[in-house]
Order: sequence, then C-alpha cells, then structure tokens
Amino acid sequence: MAQDKDPQEKVPARKPFTSVTAVAAPINQANVDTDQIIPARFLSLPREKMSPHLFRDVRYNDNGSPKPEFVLNKPAYKNAQIIVAERNFACGSSREMAVTVIQDNGFKSVIAPSFGDIFFNNCFQNGVLPVMLPEARVNQLLRFLLELPGAEITVDLPTQTVKGPDGMVDTFEIDSFRKDCLLKGIDEIAMTLGYEADIAAFEKKQRSANG
Amino acid sequence: MADAAKPATLFEKIWRRHVVVDRPDGYTLLYIDRHLIHDGSYFAFQRLKNRGLKMRRPDLSFGTPDHYMPTNTRNKEDVTNPDSKRMVTGLAINGAEHGVTVFDIGDRRNGIVHVVGPEQGITLPGITLVCGDSHTSTHGAMGCLAFGIGSSEVTHVMATQSLWQKKPKTMRIDIDGALGFGITGKDVILAIIAKIGTAGGTGHVFEFAGSGIRQLSMEGRLTLCNMSIEGGGRAGMIAPDDKTFAYIAGKPYAPKGAAWDKALVEWKALPSDAGASFDSDVRLSGPDIAPMVTFGTSPEDAVPITDRVPDPSTAKDATKREGLTRALAYMGLTPGTAITDIKIDRVFIGSCTNSRIEDIRAAAAVAKGRKAVVPSWIVPGSGIIKEQAEAEGLDKVFKEAGFEWREAGCSMCLGTNGEIGHPQERIASTSNRNFVGRQGKGVRTHLVSPAMAAAAAVSGHFTDVRRMKV
Repeated sequence: MAQDKDPQEKVPARKPFTSVTAVAAPINQANVDTDQIIPARFLSLPREKMSPHLFRDVRYNDNGSPKPEFVLNKPAYKNAQIIVAERNFACGSSREMAVTVIQDNGFKSVIAPSFGDIFFNNCFQNGVLPVMLPEARVNQLLRFLLELPGAEITVDLPTQTVKGPDGMVDTFEIDSFRKDCLLKGIDEIAMTLGYEADIAAFEKKQRSANG
Repeated sequence: MADAAKPATLFEKIWRRHVVVDRPDGYTLLYIDRHLIHDGSYFAFQRLKNRGLKMRRPDLSFGTPDHYMPTNTRNKEDVTNPDSKRMVTGLAINGAEHGVTVFDIGDRRNGIVHVVGPEQGITLPGITLVCGDSHTSTHGAMGCLAFGIGSSEVTHVMATQSLWQKKPKTMRIDIDGALGFGITGKDVILAIIAKIGTAGGTGHVFEFAGSGIRQLSMEGRLTLCNMSIEGGGRAGMIAPDDKTFAYIAGKPYAPKGAAWDKALVEWKALPSDAGASFDSDVRLSGPDIAPMVTFGTSPEDAVPITDRVPDPSTAKDATKREGLTRALAYMGLTPGTAITDIKIDRVFIGSCTNSRIEDIRAAAAVAKGRKAVVPSWIVPGSGIIKEQAEAEGLDKVFKEAGFEWREAGCSMCLGTNGEIGHPQERIASTSNRNFVGRQGKGVRTHLVSPAMAAAAAVSGHFTDVRRMKV
C-alpha cells in the first residue's frame, strides 16, 4: 500500500515564496470576477498561450490596441509584481487560469480586503500569495499607487507583513499550514500521498460501516 | 472532536464523518465520496499524467462533457475550434484510460454536470462531493456537502480522493413563511444575494431553512443552492426530507433494497439538531419575495420586477457607488427606469441553475399560445430532461411559440462552446452570472427565473409573470 518511492522524488518541490519588493498595480474596482480576469473563450488554450489575455476585454479595444487608461497598460506599472485590488477580488468561476494568468504576467502576490474563496485557495496551489488587509488600509494603498505610479510595496511572508510606499507596516493573518507550504514550496499532492495509510484506513472504516 | 451529544448542524455531521486526518494547525484532510468531472477537467487529467500518477478511486468519479459542446448538434466532429474539440473528446478518452464512468455526447444521460449528478442518483444525502466548477454548490440541495474546487485540487482528488480543508463557518438563511404565487427558487436566491451581497457568505457554508424552503420542490432547491456561490458561499445545503427521498428513490445510482432502507435511516438523522448554533443567521420573509430581475453586473444587483433601476448616488459607500455607476453604463440603463420598461433582445432559458424539467414546464406554461418576439432558446439540462419534456409535448409548445428547442449543455450561460450574444445585446437569462462579458463581449445579461424569461420573450420587455394568465 505504501508508495514505492518517496513522492518528493517524482515531483520537484515548487519554488518557495518568501518575500517580494516590487511595483504594485492598483485595480480600484470591487467584485472583479474571474470572467474579467480571463474571459471564458480563452479557457481551452494551453497555458503558454493564455498570458496575453489577462483582463483581455477591459485591457484592449476591439481592434486589439491597448486601452491607455487601463492600469496594466501604463508604463509605470510595466514591471509590477503585486496587485492591489478592492473587496471580493476574483469572485465567481472556479477557473484556476485566473491565478495562473496573473502569475504568468509576473505577479507574485495580490492584496485585497477580501477574495473569492475558490480563487484564494487556487492561489496557494500555484505559489501565489493572497494577502488580506483591512479595507481602509487597502483604500489608502490604492490612493498611493494611483498618485505615485510605480511605487513599490514589500510583501514579506516570514514576518507576515506588508510595507507600503508610505513606509507603514501592516501585519496580515495566514494559516500556518498555508504559510508553511508556501515557504517550503511544498507540493500538496506529494504531501497527501504521505498520508496514504490514513486514507486507506478511512476507506476501510467507511466500507465496513456501509457493509 | 466535538462532543457527540452537543447539538450539531447538518454541515457539522457530514464534516465529522469525513475527517481522515485533523492536523494541529487546523487543517483537515477531508475524504471525498463523489467527484464529478466534465470537459473542462482536461488539464487536470493532463497534470495527473505528467506526474505519472493514477486515479485512486476512479469508481467514485463520474464525467459528462457539458461546457464546450455546441447545443445545436450531438456530433463531436461539429466542434470546429481544435482547442475546444480536444476538451470535448478528451473526457471520454481519459475516462476510458482511467476507468471512470462517462456519460458521453450521444448518451441520453449526458448533460450539465450539476443536473446529471442528482438525476442519476450519484448525488446523495450525507456525502461529500466536489467538482472543478463553482456551481457544485447545487448538489447541497440533496442534503450533502458539495463545493467547487480549482483544477489543481481536481488533480489532488484524482490522486488521493481527499482534500485539505480548513473548516468553514456556517450561516443559516431562514425563509420565514410561505412564498407567494409564482415565486421560484431563483427569486428566493436572488432576494437573498441582494440582501447579503455577493461576498456576504465568503468563508461560509449556507444552510437554507424555514417554511419557505421546505415548500420548494427539489428542482427549486437545486436552483437555490446552485447560486450559493454568487452570495460568496462555497456550499449551500438543505436538510433532506421526504421530498428529497422521493426524488432519489429509483434513480440509477441510488441505493436499492436493504441498502436503501439502511441509507434512509442515516439520512433521516442528518438534519441540524434543534438548538444547533450557526456562526451567523440571516432571515428573510417568504411572503415578501417578489419575482426578481438583475439590472447590473453583479448578482447582488437584483430588484423586484415592480421596482426601478436604482440611483447610484443613493449607494451606501463610494466603492458601491462607483461600481453601480460603472454597471449601469455597461448595461445601458438610466437610474429610475421601471424594470418593466426594459426592452430585451434575446432570451436564454437553460444552465445548471434553471434547466430542469420543472423549469422547462414553467417556461412552457407561459409560452403556450403566445409568440416569442425576440430570439429565444430553450436548452434542457440533460438528454433525459429533453426526452421527458418531449414526451410531455413541451417541445411542440415551444416550437409553436417560436422558441428554439436545443440539445443539452451549458450553452449561453458562459459561452465556452461558442454560443454567445452580440455586443450590447440585452439578454433575459435564467443562468447565474450577469458579469461583464459573461455571455459574450459587451453583452448585457439580466438574471431571471424561467417563467419570467418566457414572459420577457413573449412581451419583448420584462413583465410581471404573476399578472399573465398562465
């Protein structure tokens, strides 16, 4: 029943997340849904072809030219690696491409007052850090980022802190399980396969209860 | 573990029974009894294969292609987009390779995954069920714990038949008092979301309770739980009762004979105990709920048919004000417009929210003897529902009324199969999301019940179906 070899040998651990200091892009809109992040018509594309379509319909005109007013089209945010957004970011569809398309555009962390639950989980599955900060502080950060395009933010996982362009430091909550997985780059499937005996015992118990 | 004598909720009872491992850091490895897959699960299979892993329990997974198959044909060769075709054809191929039961295109049991599960008796009270689709919350109407997961978690379930979960909070949503004439599960859930907001249930599992819920048919309950996710709740549940048991009895994958008797005893013990406490409680008055219509780009932007498009300047905060202003600009609506004055260009009746036999019957009752004045589609939720509706002569009612009677699938709910509206087209839709671009770039979606959609189809504008002779 036990694995014939250590599952960690089969799959290299994911790249760990520790800290990022980078330009942050403000998305000052509440309830941004995953349909906006990656419209459904691109979902059957292989991952390597999907990244140009991040925020496709709000980012580009019908003729494919970029809308200059959209934040990710502004030169100041070109190298952004952090997104700051309003409440309930990435609600809606479970499409994990909403995370991977953000990641493939160079983003490592998303800060918002709240997230869609499934997107929040999907972030951890891909090594992207979702950070929840109080709404008042997020609004303050958004204002800074809009007034000082290109301003940087530091998200530090070991100390669970976010340092804003104003130098103010906020701490954030994260479950120790999630933190540990990110810091060590743990692959969840590999980890769970280590619990094989427990799963088998559960199945045996369930079978006898139903038998 | 909690004291067994302490009053427990329906959720708590199911959760406890599925704990494989409780870690000291608060995470639980939860056993998954049923895993539903669809054509969108293609990449999860690919990931499994790339890692050289096998499915742990293919016997607990069931598949049906629904998202990418056009609904004007049952021939997979008609899927012209090669990426989509790979998804549609991939499910049966992967299913055969791993030993998973697949209700493929052409099989009468094929249909929308959240319609097929309950219809086949795969979804049962007391179980845990997941699927790589946010509307998996639908299945909770059968008295089980069901929630949507991402593609990585789909691979995780394939490999381990379990998931790491942090125990969610619970919210009881009580609908007190009987619902009025013509009020459906769709109206109830839109009224709930309008009250709690689209993030109101974030981190929570809902339990819908009260006399207004008991009154709903199983179809109505499935509609209600389906849109839990639109209120932020990953799962919605309803305690199983005699209606639930009657619905399940005789379904192909439901227990039979002695196993049925044994299951029934267990199922009857599932409802939340008297005195069980929830992390939060919400109450709505059943008799006050009217037919609902959304006017904006979030499901929380819902008002009674008797109401008007709200004025953003009355919004409770700046974020909401800006959101509403943006939404009304996208929707091409002026504040103060009566909902009944909004003209529509197209009607879509279908989706995992509203494509079951009762939905089709409700739409047919309105369509009968009338004429659709805009293009109107009826997309049944499964081949079986299509057959049943045809046996009842409903397809003829629709055809005579100028509606288009189509094959089963997700269709225009999200348009992954290419069935989308035109920019600025205004659609009365029985689906679940009125998001910007959801039904096609620039498309303006209004969410309504099937009867309200049919009423709009024959009127050309939103109409209070309670005032129509049906």
